Amino acid sequence: MAAKIEIKGLSAWYGSKKAILDITMDFAEHDVTAIIGPSGCGKSTLIRCLNRMHETIPKARAEGSVRLDGEDIYELPAVSVRRRIGMVFQKANPFPTMSIYDNVAAGLRLNGERNRDTLDAAVLKSLQSAALWDEVKDSLDKSGASLSGGQQQRLCIARALAVEPEVLLMDEPCSALDPIATAKIEDLIFDLKRQYTVVIVTHNMQQAARVADKTAFLYLGKLIEFNATRDLFERPGQELTEKYITGRFG
Amino acid sequence: MQISEVVRGRFRNIRRGALGDTLFQWLTSLVAIGVVALLGVIAVVLLIAASASIQTFGPSFLTGMTWDSVADVYGAVPFVSGTLVTSALALLIGVPISLGVAIFLSELAPAKVRVPLTYVVELLAAVPSVVYGLWGIFVLAPAMANVIEPGLQGVLGFLPIFQGTPRGADKFAAGVILAIMIIPTISAVSREALRAVPQSQREAALSLGATRWESTRLAVLRYARAGIFGAIVLGLGRAVGETMAVTMMIGNWNGVSLSLLDPGQTIASLIANNFGEGGPVSLQKSALIELGLVLMLMSLVINVFARLMVSRVLRRGEGGAE
Repeated sequence: MAAKIEIKGLSAWYGSKKAILDITMDFAEHDVTAIIGPSGCGKSTLIRCLNRMHETIPKARAEGSVRLDGEDIYELPAVSVRRRIGMVFQKANPFPTMSIYDNVAAGLRLNGERNRDTLDAAVLKSLQSAALWDEVKDSLDKSGASLSGGQQQRLCIARALAVEPEVLLMDEPCSALDPIATAKIEDLIFDLKRQYTVVIVTHNMQQAARVADKTAFLYLGKLIEFNATRDLFERPGQELTEKYITGRFG
Repeated sequence: MQISEVVRGRFRNIRRGALGDTLFQWLTSLVAIGVVALLGVIAVVLLIAASASIQTFGPSFLTGMTWDSVADVYGAVPFVSGTLVTSALALLIGVPISLGVAIFLSELAPAKVRVPLTYVVELLAAVPSVVYGLWGIFVLAPAMANVIEPGLQGVLGFLPIFQGTPRGADKFAAGVILAIMIIPTISAVSREALRAVPQSQREAALSLGATRWESTRLAVLRYARAGIFGAIVLGLGRAVGETMAVTMMIGNWNGVSLSLLDPGQTIASLIANNFGEGGPVSLQKSALIELGLVLMLMSLVINVFARLMVSRVLRRGEGGAE
């Protein structure tokens, strides 16, 4: 399959602190790729470089190239990159002053969409894709903050999907959720990959094994191993990987 | 429980050294009640002192257009309207500037500029009112009379609110000086409200492809709107009651006119100008005190309204997400 995103020699810093180091890897279209590794290994930094969110932090910078369909995203306007590469964050962050409907429609309205029928259709489709429609269809005008934690996270996924991105980045989307809500999001990821290319950061190895086609293992800012998920977990090629996935880290 | 037990209980407390705690509780309760009582006493004393005016004019005091110490006829309209007009003008000019300052300080300014600029803005709030008044008389008033007001008349002179001779000491000038005085308050409090918006809200908007301004509008300003509204009302409270600088700038004319370029009078400036006139128990003094009551009532209504608004906005779920 064609590479949707190609990363070449990507390094990123916070001030003088290097967070990721010379990473080269590709993400195939319609694949779910998981990025695993211990806390602080640079997983989140890596995916935040892919939609240029990294540079929104003061003193943060990145070097190297990230290509989306062959185009270097660091040569495109950041705003248009972020419209093509959506993101879901660790902690659900719906807009609390907006209704559920307005949360989902927010991105489209940013793009200048005002037609009510178009918005209605997009909200319906996005909430259905995020497996939230049945739970909220009668309360679309309620505040986004009135939902449960798992629902809020699915609302954030719907909000990201509404602008029809090509790639969806998920930064530990289930870390604040209970097992039932987590299972719902994992099912959802499985459905999403038919339409989107998904990159998910997780510190939960079972989650990576359940949802991902390919898995990358990061340690201290370096890409240690990147392989088909089954191969990585069953026949790790690196000693470090094996130690990590068997819990013998030290 | 028997009384003897209670007494013994008290005794035990004292023996255990809890006397300090009891004393502390009594003392603080006393002070707290004292403050509430003080407000009541002020209201009662003002009511008694204003009773002559209230009995003479009744409700027509509030609709009376004249303030004539020769005929001994007093009405509140010129001063209530003067207060409302200058305060509204101050908000009209001050709020956009304050929000701009707050957005710049919170969202855009690099750290090197942010800290010193924040201090400077807050220092503006510490400039004494009479100094603003002096600056108003010697700098603002000539500029108003010679440049700004003729310029406004050139463009908008057909409007009734911009007719008359520019003097530089009028309701418009008073509104401008009030705007300058409330900018530090509104911008400092708004900046706090903007800083309190979680970073995750900004990221949510940015990740949808929002520009920095769109993210500020979509995520930050909306999230902070209750706090911003509170800041504006704080500013309004200051504008309504502000005395010294307004007295120096407004021209002190006890009449009613539509034009902002005519002099006028606010409740506060009238009281400051006239409190020494008339006998100690004259009807004029009583009318002045009644105006003081009206001002107090206006402040009260503004504050209650603001609190209701803020709590209603808060109940709808602001800040509840984080």
